[in-house]
Amino acid sequence: MRNVFAVAGIVIKELYRRKDFYVLFILTVLICLVMASVNIFNDKQIVRYLKELCLLLIWVSSLVIAITTTARQIPAEREQRTLLPLLAKPLTRTQLIFGKFLGCWIACGLVLVCFYFAFSVLAASRDHAWPLLNYFQAAFLHWIMLGVVVAMALLGSLVFAAPSSNSTICFVVIATILTVGRYLDAVAVAQPEPFRSIIYTVYFAIPHLEIPFELRNLIVHDWPLIGWNFVALDALYLLAYAAAFLVAACLIFRRKPLN
Amino acid sequence: MNSPRTFSLLLLALLIFCFGVAAGLQPRFRLLENQRHQSNNFFSLLLGDSRRMFANSFYVKADEYYHSGFYPTIFDNNGAFKTAHMAEDTGAVNSKNHGEETGFMGAPRDWLDAFGRHFIPNRHTHLDEGGAAGDLSGSDQVREILPWLKLSAELDPQNVQNYTVTAYWLRQRMHKTAEANQVLLEGLRENPGSCDILFELGRLYAESNHDTNRAENVWIAAAKNWQPIEGDSDAKYANDFIYEKITTHLGEAELNAGHWPQAIQWFQAAQKVSNTPNALQELIDGVQAKMAAQTNAPAAPTR
Repeated sequence: MRNVFAVAGIVIKELYRRKDFYVLFILTVLICLVMASVNIFNDKQIVRYLKELCLLLIWVSSLVIAITTTARQIPAEREQRTLLPLLAKPLTRTQLIFGKFLGCWIACGLVLVCFYFAFSVLAASRDHAWPLLNYFQAAFLHWIMLGVVVAMALLGSLVFAAPSSNSTICFVVIATILTVGRYLDAVAVAQPEPFRSIIYTVYFAIPHLEIPFELRNLIVHDWPLIGWNFVALDALYLLAYAAAFLVAACLIFRRKPLN
Repeated sequence: MNSPRTFSLLLLALLIFCFGVAAGLQPRFRLLENQRHQSNNFFSLLLGDSRRMFANSFYVKADEYYHSGFYPTIFDNNGAFKTAHMAEDTGAVNSKNHGEETGFMGAPRDWLDAFGRHFIPNRHTHLDEGGAAGDLSGSDQVREILPWLKLSAELDPQNVQNYTVTAYWLRQRMHKTAEANQVLLEGLRENPGSCDILFELGRLYAESNHDTNRAENVWIAAAKNWQPIEGDSDAKYANDFIYEKITTHLGEAELNAGHWPQAIQWFQAAQKVSNTPNALQELIDGVQAKMAAQTNAPAAPTR
């Protein structure tokens, strides 16, 4: 486990040395501040449009950071020829994969803490309320969901030739799941066989990442807390997919030539 | 050697040619100038006619906010949401809604769908009734729809509902009569003589400023500007509906002022376009009965 944490530590250090997070964070804050400065009928309490925009930017930024950071981990080690010296140490390939995953996932968690803190300050400046438990539920499920994204991108970095193609494919797949994933069953019902069965299979096979994504609506419109049992169930559901992607990545990496 | 006469004729021909070109080009330049004036709006320049599509989606977004996010998508049955509820609740829009507004999602299709519904807004609420919290004292939360309506109005200034809906909620729930007035005047600048905007302006004067005379004048202007539309389309129903509203309000104003013959005239005008002429006939009969009772009443004894 110590090896895994050592690799994870390096990944986290890499994140705060790179400028991706700072650029996206400053951009998000700037856009939100500009939008907050718009005068709408001299009413200073209008906040929901701002919350929606801010959460959308947080989601986009976190996905960009998660995918781009993860997609370049293994290819960068290979390009810089540090992969072989790394594995020459008492570190197995599985530990390397787990270390990379954990590093990226924790880094995403740290990013989310900053983003959600900025979001809660922005919302409180207009709303004069701190529904911290609601924000915690949203941020927690967001982080668990990013675990699936990180595991998926890690698997992709072993399957696809270049980080750019991996990133693009990950973005397309995730964007599709987030936008139409929830409605695939409704689409399947209207289709003739065998398309119906194919769409149903896809519907039940894909990780439903849109569930935490749609939680934004509850935050934006001040809905009450969700039952913690549902939050726990969704976290377990998503973690199962993250584990499945990680196991697949480990299996592929064990048989992959390193040169 | 050319004679001076030839030069004079050439000069005359050139002048005639120049006059002809000027006369031909002038209307075209005027048209071009008008087009340039119309595309002065930033969004018009940027998006062209597609701005109307965006404006409509922002209008729908405002209605989604009115429901605190509980809103049908293209995959759901949206029969109960054909007319935006935020507009329907102003009382100035003809509703095309039918069906159950609370159950547009239907029964859960499978366990994933059932599970996912715990993470989305799952109750029908309106912001003017307190929204998701259900707190009636928070009816001013309806302010949250305003940014989207403002954006929609900037993208499509010809959609009069953007102005009427914005103004109604501004004055009704947020008590910002001055801002509502500004919105309606801006709407009138963009849509001169619009019956819908004039009707809403009249309501503002009558209900918020309690200035009945001014309200009546505005409604009369609205009634004069109204033009009938032929056919059987939704546009005709909407057009007739607003005329019925204008004339009914005018009738009621005359009734309150004790001008019964004028009130009857306005109610009869409303009857011509109304879907419920019998209800209006009952109103007319009531006024006529009052008139008859007044004429037949014995004179009060003098002291």
